[in-house]
Amino acid sequence: MLRYFVSKLLISVVLLLGVLTLAFFMLRMTGDPVALMMSRDASPEEMEAFREMMGFNRPVSVQFLDFLSKAAVGNFGNSLHYATPALPLVMERLSATVKLAVIGLLMAILIGVPLGLTGGLNPGSPLDSLGRFWGLLGQSVPNFWLALLLILVFAVRLHWFPSFGADQAKSVVLPAFVLSLAVSSQILRMTRSTVLEVRGEDFVRTARSKGLNQATIYFKHILRNVAIPLISVIGVQFGYMLGGSIYIETIFAWPGMGQLLSQAIGWRDFPLVQALAIFTSVVVLALNLATDLAYALLDPRIRYGK
Amino acid sequence: MAVILEVKDLVTKFYTLDGVVNAVNGVSFTLDEGETLAVVGESGCGKSVSMMSVMGLISSPPGKVESGEALYYTSQGARDLLKLSANEMNEVRGGQIGFVFQDPQTSLNPILKVGEQISESLMKHLGISARDARLRALELLAEVGISDPELRYNAYPFQMSGGMRQRVMIAIAVACTPRIVIADEPTTALDVTIQAQIVNLLKQLRAKMGVATIWITHDLGLVAGLADRVLVMYGGKIMEAAPVDLLYDNPCHPYTVGLLGALPRLDIHEAKRLVSIDGAPPDATIPINHCPFAWRCIHAFEHCWNENPVLTNVEEAHQVACFHVFEKGG
Ligand SMILES: Nc1ncnc2c1ncn2[C@@H]1O[C@H](COP(=O)(O)OP(=O)(O)OP(=O)(O)O)[C@@H](O)[C@H]1O
Ligand SMILES: [Mg+2]
Repeated sequence: MLRYFVSKLLISVVLLLGVLTLAFFMLRMTGDPVALMMSRDASPEEMEAFREMMGFNRPVSVQFLDFLSKAAVGNFGNSLHYATPALPLVMERLSATVKLAVIGLLMAILIGVPLGLTGGLNPGSPLDSLGRFWGLLGQSVPNFWLALLLILVFAVRLHWFPSFGADQAKSVVLPAFVLSLAVSSQILRMTRSTVLEVRGEDFVRTARSKGLNQATIYFKHILRNVAIPLISVIGVQFGYMLGGSIYIETIFAWPGMGQLLSQAIGWRDFPLVQALAIFTSVVVLALNLATDLAYALLDPRIRYGK
Repeated sequence: MAVILEVKDLVTKFYTLDGVVNAVNGVSFTLDEGETLAVVGESGCGKSVSMMSVMGLISSPPGKVESGEALYYTSQGARDLLKLSANEMNEVRGGQIGFVFQDPQTSLNPILKVGEQISESLMKHLGISARDARLRALELLAEVGISDPELRYNAYPFQMSGGMRQRVMIAIAVACTPRIVIADEPTTALDVTIQAQIVNLLKQLRAKMGVATIWITHDLGLVAGLADRVLVMYGGKIMEAAPVDLLYDNPCHPYTVGLLGALPRLDIHEAKRLVSIDGAPPDATIPINHCPFAWRCIHAFEHCWNENPVLTNVEEAHQVACFHVFEKGG
């Protein structure tokens, strides 16, 4: 168990180093970072001064080590747009993104798990048909289209929900729902197929041969075995929701990291973009680690290091 | 000996996308108290499906027990297992009839401690507390020859060898001192050396508990040393049923003769395994109204293609379903 966890932790650290390296070299790959960051009509003197200030005139290896050592203590430089340290700007937006993702994930679980379970236990039933339709819908409906449709119907026509912003409690409903649709269908299909698979396993037949009642077989023997792969899917999907809500936050003007990212790109605010990318990666990696841990706690085969 | 289980005209089908599989086509047999009945026959002939139909273990869909009776006799009289409610059936399963499956690798829940998998059956059928069930499970683990039961109780299946897992399966099957144990090829998935150990364990338990046993197997050598009576199945039917010595001395059905290697006399203590017979088992999706063995039978004549023979006494306690035996004198 400890070995399993340490190995996962090491992998995460390696991945994080990879992300940092990518973030560093991405900026320099297209040539002169100064040209990327400054507007086109900046004078050569201004550009030189900027280069000096950012330290871009030093050898790349020195810059890289400097970047890494600062990143280690959470210093990603100043945002060009706000002229204040980038990381606190990112952190400010964290809670809004987390709120959106958590509510979206809850919606996805509440829709996906029950529909997936009933579908898997009673394939071909009306609820299963509904579930399969939902699974298809979630897979094929594009986010931005759904967002616009919902805004049109529920915000513009019916006035049930605000069309943008985050100033009311119910503001979160529409963006969270859009965010949850694809994930709910992913969870639904995964739950359904896992239930179908586990249901046919030999050990379920053994449980039946022992004369256990249906409820015991479902909860003790089937669901616990379904939970294990489900947990990891949910963990991965949560990471995707935290990192992948750029469009949705932009469309709904949701003040989270995704919106900040799309703004920062528009401002050519590279330190801020870098801070956002790295921070999101850290969050996703931490989440994956937590998922691996949960997985191990649930599955004795991993807990006892098979 | 009193009859404990009487199966009559059992028919089970599977409704699959490839058509209707006629897995069991009118199987009838009886099992006496304390008796060991061996069921032999080629792969796919319906051995497992017959026994699982009796136990209500056929999952539906795709399977369906179409007709038949499975009378289970107790001191209170006979009950048809096929007509019991789910709750009544759950009392019988595990409590009165235990099951040992072929593959110990997959037959235990991978994420539950093996001890718990024994205890849950005890708690259900004996109505005892978790603590008492645990104590009884520890005794059972010792009885099936697992050393250090305290330690093994908390082990998960993947931490055990195949042989040990099969011992656990056996402990589950006999946990509530059932009157019948059905063992479906309990040693096929194990190493040869382990096979002998498991066979001995089952023999020991049988002697100790006096439990009636239905033993599904491919191993005719094993049958000779183990069974009281033998059912030979082919194409979802019983072709021949006889006490073990009668069957080995005087096999009547051409299929049985083929199985026994067509030797005129067999020393029944000598291990004989299945020899291959020319041809393949019939496609169970094609409904037939003739002898299912006719395609492969060297003796098949007109009658065999016009009618499906039924089991008939050829001598005391020895039945055969074959026109050749009765009309051409074997
Ligand atoms: N779930 C199922 N769906 C469809 N057909 C099935 C199913 N289970 C069994 N069958 C069919 O029923 C027939 C009898 O199968 P059964 O498992 O009883 O054979 P068997 O005699 O036990 O063979 P083996 O020695 O290989 O265990 C076979 O033709 C098999 O293909
Ligand atoms: Mg079988």
